[in-house]
Amino acid sequence: MKDLYFDTAHMLGAAVLLLSFALLFQRRLSGVINTFAAQAVVLAMAAAWQGFVQGAPHLYITALVALVFKAVAIPVALHRIVRLLMIHRTVETALSIGLTMVVGVALVTLAILLVLPVTSDSAALTRENLALALSVVLLGLLTMITRRNAVTQVIGFMSLENGLILAAVGVSGMPLVVEMSVAFAVMVAFIIFGIFFFQIRERFDTLDLHYLESFRGERS
Amino acid sequence: MLASILIALVPLLALGPASLVAPRAPAARIAVYGGTAILAGAIGLIAAAHLVTGSAPEAAGLPLGLPWLTARFRLDALSAFFLMIANGGAAAASIYGIGYGKHEAEPERVIPAFPLFLAAIDLTLLADDAFSFLLSWETMSVTSWALVLATHREPDTLRAAQLYLVMASGGTLLLLMAFGVLAQLAGAYDFESIRSATPAPAAAVLALVLAFLGTGSKAGLVPLHAWLPLAHPAAPSHVSALMSGVMTKVALYAMVRITFDLVGSVPWWWGGVMMAVGGITAVVGVLFAIVEQDLKRLLAYSTVENIGIVVTALGLAAAFRDNGMPEIAGLAFAAALLHALNHAVFKSLLFLGAGAIATATGARDLGRLGGLIGRMPQTAFAMLVGAGAIAALPPLNGFVSEWLLFQAVLKGPLLPQWELKIAAAVIAALLALAAALAATCFVRAFGIAFLGRPRSPEAAAASEVEPSMRWTLLVLAGLCLALGILPMLGLMPMTRLGEAVIGAAAVPPEARSWIWLTPPAAGGNSYGGIVVLIVITVFAVMTRIGIHSLASHRLRRAKPWACGFDAPVHAAQYSASSFAQPVRRVFAGLVRAEERVDMPEPGDLRPAHFAASWRDASWDFFYNPIGAAVGWLSLTLNQLQFLTIRKYLSLMFAALVGLLFLVAVTQ
Amino acid sequence: MTALALQLLQMVLVLAAAPLLTGVVRKVKARLVGRRGPSPLQPYRDLLRLLRKEAVVAENASWLFRVAPYLVFAALWLAASLVPTFTTGLLLQPTADLIALVALLASARFMTALAGLDIGTSFGGIGSSRDMMIASLAEPAMLLVIFTVSIVAGSTALASVADYMREAEVGLRVSLAMALVALIMVALAENARIPVDNPATHLELTMVHEAMVLEYSGRHLALIEAAAMLKLLFYISLIACIFAPWGLAAPGEGAAVAAFALTAWSAKLLLGAIALAVLETSIAKMRVFRVSEFLGGALLLGLLAVIFLYVSRGI
Repeated sequence: MKDLYFDTAHMLGAAVLLLSFALLFQRRLSGVINTFAAQAVVLAMAAAWQGFVQGAPHLYITALVALVFKAVAIPVALHRIVRLLMIHRTVETALSIGLTMVVGVALVTLAILLVLPVTSDSAALTRENLALALSVVLLGLLTMITRRNAVTQVIGFMSLENGLILAAVGVSGMPLVVEMSVAFAVMVAFIIFGIFFFQIRERFDTLDLHYLESFRGERS
Repeated sequence: MLASILIALVPLLALGPASLVAPRAPAARIAVYGGTAILAGAIGLIAAAHLVTGSAPEAAGLPLGLPWLTARFRLDALSAFFLMIANGGAAAASIYGIGYGKHEAEPERVIPAFPLFLAAIDLTLLADDAFSFLLSWETMSVTSWALVLATHREPDTLRAAQLYLVMASGGTLLLLMAFGVLAQLAGAYDFESIRSATPAPAAAVLALVLAFLGTGSKAGLVPLHAWLPLAHPAAPSHVSALMSGVMTKVALYAMVRITFDLVGSVPWWWGGVMMAVGGITAVVGVLFAIVEQDLKRLLAYSTVENIGIVVTALGLAAAFRDNGMPEIAGLAFAAALLHALNHAVFKSLLFLGAGAIATATGARDLGRLGGLIGRMPQTAFAMLVGAGAIAALPPLNGFVSEWLLFQAVLKGPLLPQWELKIAAAVIAALLALAAALAATCFVRAFGIAFLGRPRSPEAAAASEVEPSMRWTLLVLAGLCLALGILPMLGLMPMTRLGEAVIGAAAVPPEARSWIWLTPPAAGGNSYGGIVVLIVITVFAVMTRIGIHSLASHRLRRAKPWACGFDAPVHAAQYSASSFAQPVRRVFAGLVRAEERVDMPEPGDLRPAHFAASWRDASWDFFYNPIGAAVGWLSLTLNQLQFLTIRKYLSLMFAALVGLLFLVAVTQ
Repeated sequence: MTALALQLLQMVLVLAAAPLLTGVVRKVKARLVGRRGPSPLQPYRDLLRLLRKEAVVAENASWLFRVAPYLVFAALWLAASLVPTFTTGLLLQPTADLIALVALLASARFMTALAGLDIGTSFGGIGSSRDMMIASLAEPAMLLVIFTVSIVAGSTALASVADYMREAEVGLRVSLAMALVALIMVALAENARIPVDNPATHLELTMVHEAMVLEYSGRHLALIEAAAMLKLLFYISLIACIFAPWGLAAPGEGAAVAAFALTAWSAKLLLGAIALAVLETSIAKMRVFRVSEFLGGALLLGLLAVIFLYVSRGI
């Protein structure tokens, strides 16, 4: 029965990872936001499940935070922004989608190769979880660097945060304070980025960072 | 047995020069090709007998070559196996040549070199010291170069031949250096001393790298393959068959001989490198084959793919052997050699078939073929079998070696190194991708050439070729089927070879069965080619009987549906280029594909134009940068020619001081 | 003897069930979009009608065009007869090696694609070309799924895989879940279902498989269609046999167990049909050149499945 507990936890972690790949695969902005919301829902389930398995009620709060903010509030707000700014158009990629996916798989492999020797003496249970979480973090970074659109970059950043939380809930005895601060950090980042969008919009009439670079003289 | 092979080689060597008496006479053609066929057949049979009887290795020294060296020759299981492949392929090509040579414009350029080429191949396989090996190897390169030049009136041939000569010389140079490293450690140039010496790890790796590059350039490993798709197709078709089907196998022989026999202890990571290079070669080769328009060049690219598969299997064998798992290593090794044998059979078949098409239509461009299945039914049938075999479809022979290889790859997770575990998964994906793309490639090659409607008047007027050519094709097709349903035919001679080279045979005598292929290392998995053939035949016959008794028998011939156009034009068919379009788009980065559409504005009356082009990426990523670097270096060094005398003197002085310093430090 | 009887029973059963399965998928799809839809028995009537009609063959068709439907049908029938649907004790079970099965399907596809090129019209060509492209990407994904499954089960023989999955403590595994998703993606592509292809379309430029077999009529078309139905049955049975082998009867178990196993198989087929219909109704077909990304995704998912196998417990 104990195996089943851990298997389910890993399954939820794998679902988070797959949704990270789905983020890379999406071409439409609304699709990206919805995928992110789905990832947050799965993350909340993972946190709740860990709370149940470890008998740590504070993880339910983490789950709730993830569910309320990341799965509902932020996606709704982002949808609003997209609608307000009328940027439904397709996501601009710096690297073709197929190639991004290949790089993504390579990163996951790297994560596994990294985690394996470090955790060679610990149980396979933790290391699978850690490998998954590290992969999610790396994929979040990949999303940020391969997508030109600012909204996608914000989502990539938050997906990265999801990976961190996934790692945190997998280890028993992580204090709640940390998670709350993580959640707040994301909120703060969100607000800052939100203000940022409007700023860019006012100045340059677009959310494409490409234009920002040319303004700074990085591109001709 | 070695003596009889060496005696048979004497008339083979004499045939070429003898034909110079009257090279244009039909009698010379029949004598040379007939003689080559008989001698090659004899040598092949002797080699097969050596394998089947399990005779001990034989060695001989002949007082040839440099005065203070004896030329050593040795017949062991490894050379016998490759002799069997080489001479079998050569016998087929020679019989085919009797008919094909009739259409040759300048037979005097082919006939003298052809037997010499084969003799050089045989001597390379028999050589037992570095000197005679390199001499035979270089003779093989030069004679095949001369054979490529037989079609020197065609525009691309000169460039192909020049590139071939450069690459072949470079390859020989690398091999020379590899032997130099090995011989320096062993103290002698004969293989026996090299084999018994145990080189230091660093020197062994250096020799492995040099030998891999030297033999790999001959075999066509990416990115050293660029000459191959130019040179192989440029030669007359039976020579192309020899070059693609046989000469690449000689390169593989040299790779196996040096890697597994002479160096001996191969580190596991080198196996990983071989797997990686092989896997990439397989996928890249088949991708270029899919987009290629010229039938013979397509086949040459497909040779690159198959060499990649064999090298992957060899790398796997090396990795397993170094990790102390000889049974699985034996499985991978057998997969490699069986694939080499299979490839020799079906690639010879396909090249000879392409020659038959070229004879009948005068065209190699797929865009000028089509509908040949009705006009050349026997050639078409043989080519269909060949296409199925190379696409690894059961119950043909290509599938057996693929199956063995996959069984070996599936054991990859047993390897202790994490890098190899993960590499095994990636290699499995690459090999499967290559196999599936090969099926696409040969649906295209066969479908465009033989099916549909003729795309040119020549294709519409084609007729079946003469019996010697046709029968060669049909016999080779039969061999594809025989090796597919009775895999033991190919694996049985390999038993002792696997034991000698790797330490274990894939199918040891106690597991031998003519019906089921059950290698013990594959952990209970089995494949029964003959069972598959029988079962599928039974199912097809049952279907046929069922349909005959149930369904209407009426059949009406009508015009095909062409969206209401009455007379379907041949140009409205799907072309070779359009068939390749999906792959060209999906892998656009690798095949450097470009599509240009020139669409006139509405009201403009000029015709619209569409042009699709592609380039071999190795030029963009490998050769051109190297060329540019060499050019830059020459320009930079060019300044050395315009220095003052004082500066020249100071340079020499600096060199002298530097050397003295080196001596002082090293002493 | 029982093995032979069971084998014959399975051969008849798959033939009988395949059209019904397709009929059920169509019926459920129709109900989901608010139509009444034809009876699930309609495919039988269609096949019979096609069998009774005369076959119209293009003037320039070669023997290959006429032979292909028989070979394709035989290959698919054989493939469907080899999967342990209700029992692992079939006579031909030793031939049911997963790699050989994939190659058998590849042979069938090879023949269909060649037949598509035989007439020399654009439709056949576009169908063949695209079908081969889809298959080129689907096949490696399929092989990686096989790789995963065979590492877990220690065999590529389908019966051993099914036995292992049924009896051993496999548990929930991330790798197997990923392999399942990849296999479903491959199955959708191989069966020409939405989102890769549309089995119901007859608009020439949007179809792949249907375009390839456009020139077929009469008994030949009946064979091709039946082969497609068998393929759907094959894939659903394969997924059920590997990932949900519950209820499979082992050789030598009594008739009651076999009867239960048959019921279980029917239930699995029905569930598969409903799931397929729901999936097809809820998503849209993608553009042809996004298919490569879709299947590339399946391929990479298969690769991830293998790699995660190494981190998970017990390997």
